[in-house]
Amino acid sequence: MTDKTMTPEDVVGRLRSGMTIGIGGWGSRRKPMALVRALLRSEITDLTVVSYGGPDIGLLAAAGRIRRLVAPFVTLDSIPLEPHFRAARENGSLELTEYDEAMFMWGLHAAANRLPFLPVRAGLGSDVMRVNPGLRTVTSPYEDGEEFVAVPGLRLDAALVHVNRADRLGNGQYLGPDPYFDDLFCEAADTAYVSCEAIVDGFGPDTVPQTLLIGRHSVTGVVETPNGAHFTSCAPDHDRDEPFQKLYATTPWPEFAERFLSGKSENDYQAAVRAWHDEREEQRT
Amino acid sequence: MTTETTTVISRAEHCLIACAEAWRDNGEVLASPMGLIPSFGARLAKRTFSPDLLLTDGEALLVGLDGQPEGWLPYRRHLTMVTGGKRHVMMGASQIDRYGNQNISCIGDWERPTRQLLGVRGAPVNTLNNPVSYWIPKHSPRVFVERVDMISGVGYDHAVGPYHRLPRVVTDLAVLDFETPGHAMRLASVHPGVTVEEVRAATGFDLVTGDEVPYTRDPTAEELRLIREVIDPRGLRDREVAPR
Repeated sequence: MTDKTMTPEDVVGRLRSGMTIGIGGWGSRRKPMALVRALLRSEITDLTVVSYGGPDIGLLAAAGRIRRLVAPFVTLDSIPLEPHFRAARENGSLELTEYDEAMFMWGLHAAANRLPFLPVRAGLGSDVMRVNPGLRTVTSPYEDGEEFVAVPGLRLDAALVHVNRADRLGNGQYLGPDPYFDDLFCEAADTAYVSCEAIVDGFGPDTVPQTLLIGRHSVTGVVETPNGAHFTSCAPDHDRDEPFQKLYATTPWPEFAERFLSGKSENDYQAAVRAWHDEREEQRT
Repeated sequence: MTTETTTVISRAEHCLIACAEAWRDNGEVLASPMGLIPSFGARLAKRTFSPDLLLTDGEALLVGLDGQPEGWLPYRRHLTMVTGGKRHVMMGASQIDRYGNQNISCIGDWERPTRQLLGVRGAPVNTLNNPVSYWIPKHSPRVFVERVDMISGVGYDHAVGPYHRLPRVVTDLAVLDFETPGHAMRLASVHPGVTVEEVRAATGFDLVTGDEVPYTRDPTAEELRLIREVIDPRGLRDREVAPR
C-alpha cells in the first residue's frame, strides 16, 4: 500500500503557477491554512482559486497570488466582510467569477461525476448571468420544458482540504458537525492534498463510518499539520482563534505578513502565533 | 377596585411580532432567520402559532426549542431544503428595490465595486426555490433604492420558474409586501408611532399605499410574556432596534 505522507513543501512542489486550485472548508472554518501558508512561501502565482471563501482568499489575494477567484462569497464568519478580498476587488486586482452557493456545489458535483454541466434552478433572473456572460442555459427535455442554468463542471488541477484525522493512505476523517464540501473538492480534482490535525495508523473498531469523509482513491498526498487550520476553526480539535483573526483583519498587510508569514516553515508560523499570544497574556496580567 | 396598567410595547417588540408573522401557516419547514430579531421571531412563532417549524442551532443541527438535537443539517443538506422548498428564510439586504430585487454582493459597478460586500451567497437559489422574506433593521433610502447595483436575490420582475415568492419585508418602521397587481412593493402596515409619511421619506422609490394603512399588530399578553421572560430576557432586541 502506498504511503502518501508529505510535507507542506512537498505539496507546493507539485503545484504550478497558472493552476486551478480548489480550497475546501467554508468561510472561516476548517480551511487548509498550513497548505495556503506553504503556497505563500513559494513563488507560485497566477492562480484560479475555487472556494467557499474565507481567509484563504484574503491571504492569497493580499499576496497577489490570485488571478481569478471563483466563489459565491468571501467571509470571516464572525467578521462578516473579508478585508483583503474587499481591497483586492475595490482596487481591481482580482478577477471574480461570482457563483451562487448552490451553483457552485453543483459545479463541483458535475466535475466529480465527469459531467460537463449540471442543471440548477438558480442564477436565472439574477445578475450572476449578467456578470458571467459565459454561463449557458439548458431546457428540460421533458414535458415541463423549464429552463435552467447549466453550471459548468468546476474541474480542478488540485484540491487542498483540511480534516481532523487521516491515515497514511489518504483516507480522511472529519469529527466536526459539518463535512462542508471537502470530499467533493477532492473528487473534482486531478490531484488532492489532505492536511490533518493528526495522522493515525487506523481509525479503530469504534469508528463511526459516516465520519470517514474522504476516500484514498481521490487523494494524492497526506500532510500532518497540527493546528494547521489556524486561525480558522477545526471542531472539535480547536475553535477559531478569534483574537488572532481580529488581528489579521485589522493589521496592515505588510506588517502582518512580516511578523507571521516571513518564516521558512509552518513551524515558524506556529511559533510566531504562540509568541503573539504570550505577549498578549503578559500585557493583560 | 381594579388597577389598569398600560403596557408599553417597544418598537423592537413590534418588529419581532412582524417577523414572527412571516412564518404563520408555513407548516413543517425550516425557519432560517438572519439577524437577532428574526431569530427571536422564529422562536416565538414556533412557541405559539407555528409549532411545526424546524429551527437550527446556527451550525449543523436541527434543534428543538430546548436546544436538543432532532436532526442533522450540514450545508449541503441545507441547500437541498432550499431547492426542495422546505425552507422560509428571512435574509438581510444591503439594497432592495420596489419589486424585491435584493443586493448583498457589492455597491457600485460590479467590475470594480466601490464597496465589495459578501458576494451573492445563496440569494439566487433561495429566491427561485422557496419563500424569502427580508429583515431590514434601518429603513432608509440607501437600502430602499430605485435600482439595486447587483441583483443577488431575484425580485418579482425578474423571477422565473414556479416557486418564487417574497412574502414580506419587515423593517424598523413598517411591514411591506408585494400584494399589488404588478407586485410593486406595498406598505402593508406601519409600526405604532410611525407615520406613512415617515416611511415614504425613508424609501427611495414610490411605495404603493392604500387609503388607510393599518398598524402592525400588538403582541398578545402571552406573546409579550414569552418575548420578555423566555425568548429574550436580556433585552437584546432593543440593541438591534432602539426603543423610541
